[in-house]
Amino acid sequence: MGAICHDLTLETGTAMSEMLAGRPVLLALAGQPNVGKSTLFNLLTGLSQHVGNWPGKTIERKEGCFTFNDKLYRLVDLPGTYSLTANSAEEVIAREFIIRERPDVVIALVDAAILERSLYLVAELISLHVPLVIGLNMIDVAEREGTHIEPEVLEAALGVPVVPMVATHNIGVRELMEAVDRIVKGETTCEPKPPQIRADHQKVLREIEELIDGHVPSPYPQEWVALKLLEGDQEITRMMQESLPQERWAAVQSLLRAHDDALVAVASGRYEWIGRMVRAAVTRPRAGQISLTERLDQWATHPLWGLLVLGAILGAVFWLTYTVGSPLQEWLDVHVVGKAAWLVRAWLAQAPYWLSGLLADGIIGSAGAMLTFIPILVIFFTVMGILEDTGYMARAAYVMDGFMHIMGLHGKSFLPLCMGFGCNVPAVLGTRVIESRRARLLTMLLAPLVPCTARMAVLAFLAPAFFGPYAIYVSWGLILLALAVLVATGALINRTVFRGRRAAFIMELPLYHVPNWHTISLVVWQQTMAFVHKAGRVIVPVSVVVWALSVLPEGRLEASWLASFGRWLEPVGRLLMGFDWRLTVALLTSFIAKENSIATLGVLFGATAEAGLADRLRAAFPVPTGLAFLVVQMLFVPCVATVAALRRESASWKWTLFDLLLLLVISTAMGSVAFHLARVIGL
Amino acid sequence: MEQLTCESGAVTLSAMRTGERGVVLGLDCGRGLRSRLASMGLTPGTEITMLQNFGHGPLIAKVRGARIALGRGEASKIYVQRVVERRPDGSDLSRLDA
Repeated sequence: MGAICHDLTLETGTAMSEMLAGRPVLLALAGQPNVGKSTLFNLLTGLSQHVGNWPGKTIERKEGCFTFNDKLYRLVDLPGTYSLTANSAEEVIAREFIIRERPDVVIALVDAAILERSLYLVAELISLHVPLVIGLNMIDVAEREGTHIEPEVLEAALGVPVVPMVATHNIGVRELMEAVDRIVKGETTCEPKPPQIRADHQKVLREIEELIDGHVPSPYPQEWVALKLLEGDQEITRMMQESLPQERWAAVQSLLRAHDDALVAVASGRYEWIGRMVRAAVTRPRAGQISLTERLDQWATHPLWGLLVLGAILGAVFWLTYTVGSPLQEWLDVHVVGKAAWLVRAWLAQAPYWLSGLLADGIIGSAGAMLTFIPILVIFFTVMGILEDTGYMARAAYVMDGFMHIMGLHGKSFLPLCMGFGCNVPAVLGTRVIESRRARLLTMLLAPLVPCTARMAVLAFLAPAFFGPYAIYVSWGLILLALAVLVATGALINRTVFRGRRAAFIMELPLYHVPNWHTISLVVWQQTMAFVHKAGRVIVPVSVVVWALSVLPEGRLEASWLASFGRWLEPVGRLLMGFDWRLTVALLTSFIAKENSIATLGVLFGATAEAGLADRLRAAFPVPTGLAFLVVQMLFVPCVATVAALRRESASWKWTLFDLLLLLVISTAMGSVAFHLARVIGL
Repeated sequence: MEQLTCESGAVTLSAMRTGERGVVLGLDCGRGLRSRLASMGLTPGTEITMLQNFGHGPLIAKVRGARIALGRGEASKIYVQRVVERRPDGSDLSRLDA
C-alpha cells in the first residue's frame, strides 16, 4: 500500500500514520456492462490505481485506494457481467472474488434507465449474503427517458441502501461513500430479502439442499450452491461432483436431469422478485416518446446508412492519423530520436564502434521507434475511448456483423482489427472487448494482416521506386490484397482449426451519452503506459540482439552474421521471388520495426539520401522482384512489439508461433505468386 | 382506448416485423445460450418490442427497457407470442403502417 491515495474528503488533519494503522476497508465494485462502472472507479481512485490482470487470465483487473472520512479504502473493480453464472471467465472472476475475499462492502452499480435488467445482478449478489450498497446511476437519463424512480421506496423494498447518482457529473458519489461508511461502522445493517425460485421448483431446490448438506466446500454458501446446480452452472457442478459421495451425486444428478428447465425458472424467479421490488418505486408518467438514442439509431444501425456513418467516422480517424499523427511521428524521429543518436555518437566518438553502435542504433534506435509510435497510439486510443464511451462502438459492431460472419466472427471483432491500421499492437490489445475466447483468439491471429502505418510508410517509399506514376494504384491494390488475404485466412482458420463453431451474438446497445473526458484521458494514459512498459521490455532486448547480429563480427552490415544468413537463404529467395540476399536481410531487420527495411536497404546499397536509394533499387531489380518484395512485406511476420502483444494476450506460445509460421507461409506464397505472375504477363 | 388481444400461434423472434410487440414463450436452445438470454431478461412472459428487423442480418429488440442486438440465428431460437394492438373498431394498428 505504498501508493499515494486519492483523498475524497479533502478535510484532512488526521495523520497519515493513524489512517494507515488499520487494515484498509475492502470494497468491490460490481455492475453490468455499460452502467458507468469505470467512471465511478476513476472518480473514487483518481490516479492512484493499479491496472493488471486477474491471476492466470488476460482480463483486466483494476484496483485503487482512497481515503474517505479518515478511513482508508481499497477498491477492486470487478469485471462487468450480466449475471454470476459461469457463462464466461468474467462471471467466475467476479463471484469467486466475492465468495473468497469477502469484501467488507460490495457497491452494486445499476443503470436507472434499465432498472429491472440491471437489478438482475443485484438479485444474484443478495443470494451471496454480502453487505451491499446500491448506486442508482444515470437517474438523469432515466428521467429523460420518462422513468421516475423513488430511491427511498426502492431502498425500503430491497432492504439495501440505495443512493441516486449521476457519476458522469460527480453527483451522489459522496452520498454513496457515506452509505458505505455507515455500513462499515455498523450503523446500518442490510437485511435484504433474497429472491425465491419460482413456486414449481421450490420442492426440488429443497431436495437438492438436503442432499448436499454438509458436503459443500467452504466458503461457498450451501443454498447458493444448490441454486447454481439447478441453473446448470458448470463450475459448481464440477465442484460438487468432486466433493459429494458417489450415491449422493447420482441422486443429485437424476434430480437435475428431471428438471433441466430449472435454469429458466431460477431466472424467472429473480425477475419476478425484481418486478415486486420496483413496482412501488417506479412510475412512468410518459411513455412512447422517441428518445435521442432511437433517433440516432435510425441512422447508425441502418444496413446502408449505418455503413456510411461508420465509413465517415473511420475516414475522419485516418485523416487525423495522417495529418496529425504522421507528421508528429516524423518530427519525433528526426528531432528527438535522430538528435539523441547523433549526440551519443558524437560523445562516444573515441569509444569502440560496438559501444556507440549499441547505444545509438541498438538501444536508442529501438526505444526511439517505440517513442515515435506514441502519437499514433494516443490518437487511436482516444478515438476508440470516445466511440466506446458514447455508446457508438456497439453500433459499429452491429452494422459490421454480417460481413464478419464470413470469418466466423462477430461485429465486435471489427473495431479491434480497424485499430490495426494505426498499429497492430493496439489491435491485438483491443481484442479484449470480445467475450468469446475463440473469436478473440482468431481476431488477434488476423490482426497482423492489417497494414499498419509503418508498413504503409515502406509501401509509400518503395512503390514509386518501382512503379513510378502507377505507384498509387499498386499501393491501393496491395492494401486491398492484404485485406482480402485477411478475410480468406479468417474464413479458412475458422472452417479448419475452429471447425466453424461460432459464439452467439447477443449484445446490448447502450444509450448514447456525452463522453466523459476524465474517464477517456485516464484510459488513454493507462493504455499508452501499458504499451510502453510491456512492449518496451521485449522490443529493446530483441532489437539489441538483431542489431548485434547485423554488425558482428566486423562492424559492417554487409559482412555481418545476419548478412551471411541472408546469403544462405538467397537460393530460396531467388527461386521463389527473385530476391537477392539484400532484400532478405531487409525483411529480417523489419522484425524490429517495419520501417527498418528502408534503412537497411539504404545501408546495403550504400545510399545516403533516400532519393538515391530509389534509383539504385530500380536499377538493381526488375519490376516483378519489386512487386514480390512489396507483397511479402505487406503480409510478413509482424514486428516484435506485435509478437509480444500476441504472446501476452493469447497467453500461449503455441498460438503465437502458429501465427508467425502461418504469416511466413502466406507472405512467401503470395510473394512468389506475384513474382511469377508478373513475369508471365511481362511486367 | 387501445385494447390488447393475442393472436393465436407462436412465431420466432426473427419473424417479427419492426414495430411489432410480443411476449416471450420459450427458448429453444442449449444451456449456455439459454443462460445468457435469461440473464439479459429474455425469460418467458417478458414483453418484447421489435425495434429493427430488415429480414436479413442481425436485429434489435427492446427487452425490459434495454436495446438488445441479436444474431438472426439466435433470434430464431426464441419463441414469441405476437401481441396485436387493436382499436375499438377492430382495425389492426400494427398492420396500418406496414
